Amino acid sequence: MIAELGLLALIIAFCTAVVLGIVPLYGSIQRHSICIAVARPAAWVQLVFVAIAYGCLTYAFLDNDFSVSYVANNSNSKLPLLYKISGVWGAHEGSLLLWVLILSGWTGAVTIFSRTVPEDMIAKVLGILGLVSVGFLSFILFTSNPFARQFPPVTEGRDLNPLLQDPGLAIHPPMLYLGYVGFSVVFAFAIAALITGRLDMAWARWSRPWTTTAWSFLTLGIALGSWWAYYELGWGGWWFWDPVENASFMPWLMGTALIHSLAATEKRGVFKAWTVLLAVFAFSLSLLGTFLVRSGVLTSVHAFASDPERGLFILIFLMIVVGGSLTLYAWRAPGIRSVPGFNPVSRESALLINNVLLVTTTATVLLGTLYPLVIDTLGLGKISVGPPYFNTIFIPLTVPLVIAMGFGALCRWKKDTFARLRSDLGILLLASLIAGGIWPLAMNHYSFAAASAGTLGCWAIFTAVRGLWIRATPGRRWRGLVQTPRAYWGMTLAHSGIGIFVIGVAFTTIYSMEKDLSMAPGDRISVGLYEYQFDGVQNLTGPNYVAQTGTVIVSRDGRIMARLSPQRRRYLVQQMPMTEAGIQAGFWGDFYVSLGERLDDSGRWAVRINYKAFIRWIWLGALLMAAGGLLAATDRRYRTVVRTPTPEAAPQTTPALAG
Amino acid sequence: MRPGQLAFLSTAFSVVVLFSAGITTPPAHAVQEPLKFESSSQESRYKALIAELRCLVCQNQNLADSNADLARDLRLLTHNMILSGSSDTEIVQFMVSRYGDFVLYRPPFKPSTALLWLAPLIFLTVGCFVLFRIFRNRKNISASNVPPTQRAKVRKLMRDDHST
Repeated sequence: MIAELGLLALIIAFCTAVVLGIVPLYGSIQRHSICIAVARPAAWVQLVFVAIAYGCLTYAFLDNDFSVSYVANNSNSKLPLLYKISGVWGAHEGSLLLWVLILSGWTGAVTIFSRTVPEDMIAKVLGILGLVSVGFLSFILFTSNPFARQFPPVTEGRDLNPLLQDPGLAIHPPMLYLGYVGFSVVFAFAIAALITGRLDMAWARWSRPWTTTAWSFLTLGIALGSWWAYYELGWGGWWFWDPVENASFMPWLMGTALIHSLAATEKRGVFKAWTVLLAVFAFSLSLLGTFLVRSGVLTSVHAFASDPERGLFILIFLMIVVGGSLTLYAWRAPGIRSVPGFNPVSRESALLINNVLLVTTTATVLLGTLYPLVIDTLGLGKISVGPPYFNTIFIPLTVPLVIAMGFGALCRWKKDTFARLRSDLGILLLASLIAGGIWPLAMNHYSFAAASAGTLGCWAIFTAVRGLWIRATPGRRWRGLVQTPRAYWGMTLAHSGIGIFVIGVAFTTIYSMEKDLSMAPGDRISVGLYEYQFDGVQNLTGPNYVAQTGTVIVSRDGRIMARLSPQRRRYLVQQMPMTEAGIQAGFWGDFYVSLGERLDDSGRWAVRINYKAFIRWIWLGALLMAAGGLLAATDRRYRTVVRTPTPEAAPQTTPALAG
Repeated sequence: MRPGQLAFLSTAFSVVVLFSAGITTPPAHAVQEPLKFESSSQESRYKALIAELRCLVCQNQNLADSNADLARDLRLLTHNMILSGSSDTEIVQFMVSRYGDFVLYRPPFKPSTALLWLAPLIFLTVGCFVLFRIFRNRKNISASNVPPTQRAKVRKLMRDDHST
């Protein structure tokens, strides 16, 4: 019954989305106020019914309703509660339902948080979001119904993919989708502005908090995915340039470019046409990401679904979105003028350089991701494009980006001179060189690559902090710092995050240690500064798996630093072996041990011992970026915008009231 | 036949025999088998090679990360070839002759991949060209570049505007 109720709710949501996609758009063009007024309630009705559908699917999971084939395929009565809840988005159908739920949530958020935007603009934005919902809801209803029953029903489910039975991966997709789908709001604002032809600074201001919020969630989502891969896949990598990772990384890169371009558009009224284009691309790449992951055109660690019919649907949807937007753009772009001029030495220029490098990087990642598919389709052979390719291209493009970031943080808008910047930049450069050059001396061996990366990272941090210091009013700096807008603090945090990330990546690559060993109980081995003692393996039974747990004790000069328990699990239903690394996280590095195969009857096991230097800095950097983004999105100027005073609101500060 | 070649061929042969026998293959490893090397340069070469070679039966993993039997066998093969004196190029060529370019995570430069390797450079060049154009045009807008005759005209217009 509940499943049918869910399907019914989904159908009602679909009909509402159709109304939302047509009526307010028509109303705003025809200046029909009743049609415009439909937008907000329709957005809410859609949200409520999608939420009901989503609740029904969750109920089916909690209720172990294995007559619903999606539940039967992705759950089991022994599955822990958390994974029954997260199992809802564990595979294709449910994750799409989550997509639509989040899309409806963002649509609802627009009705709440955009009080300052004119009503006809909101009607257009909601209408366009409604059209996107129509696309996704029809995709679910026509190709991927999560509520489909199976006959005869089974008594036990096939269990959730063991890879996904993990708290990190439980919250990874929602975060990622909050980011992906958040770009749909920015897209809707861009399209609405294109329809009206009013691409002004107000439009940029409305779009900015949405872009930054979506970007922050995407950052968190990607970082979570990377963290999960690090501890769950069992070999301690954190980024693999896997097509599915690239699918989330491309919208992130494009979103980063968009954030910066929007800043220039809002503050100075430049790059308007370019900014619109970036908004369209950021959302298109989010859709492409969904297409790549969900269509099964890629076969990779993460891609579970493969069904050409679904792929075709998303591809057509993608073509309509991209084609429609670009046509609209081609129609409106000639009328867009960005008049204000600026000097080659100015913040505008730094932002332009940022955009050129980021867009080049995005295009390269896109090319590298799709190239094997295209070559294969054309019958030119099968090739692999992997980390060696991406690293070769990515690093030379991002190093100048970080250098330019330092300039951008210190440059003034419109017109600046090298003469003014020289002393500041010189001192900061010198400080970065010294800090970066000395740092590797503290490590176990000196590396010039580490020194360069250290310099680059310090440059990013120092310039960001210096920019904040200058921004705070001179004379009364500490008070000035408090008064500095949140947006500026956000930028400083995010830029510092980049610096920490750069250092983390380089130092992890250069200073991590790894050894594959065969160890008998009681064996001790020195790796780097630390001694590792293997204390044998014990059997253990989990809720839906059996495991063997090893014990490894890490010590330094006789002092115990960590007690690690690497595991090998076998999940009973899918008979899938999994490794759980034993990890002790630390600010300067992680102890990371994984357990291999039993080698002989005397209790000898294959053990991989890792020391992952500075690995936490990678995610710390990402966290700072996300925090910076969220801080910037809550800046006061997005909330307090000139409003026509209403009679009730006016006499708020009368003397009578004060007395 | 040189001794190096002989050792190489015999290793390759024995590995092939090992594959076809199948029975001698122990179960999959989550962690790599401990291997012995004669020098640390051999070990770092080994690590670099297995990081750039693809496991052919996995979805998207290199030899170093894969648990699959084939990946382990290819790791052992790489190890043996290094110990028997084969150069990196020889090992890569052997892998390509057996499995095609698909085994390489770093695609070779050839006509079908020329675009892949050159495109980033093209993107960047186009980007820099556009950047240069924008810098030039935006500077032209500033007042200093307006020709004197036009500047006089503007001044006259503004004066007229004030007088009315």
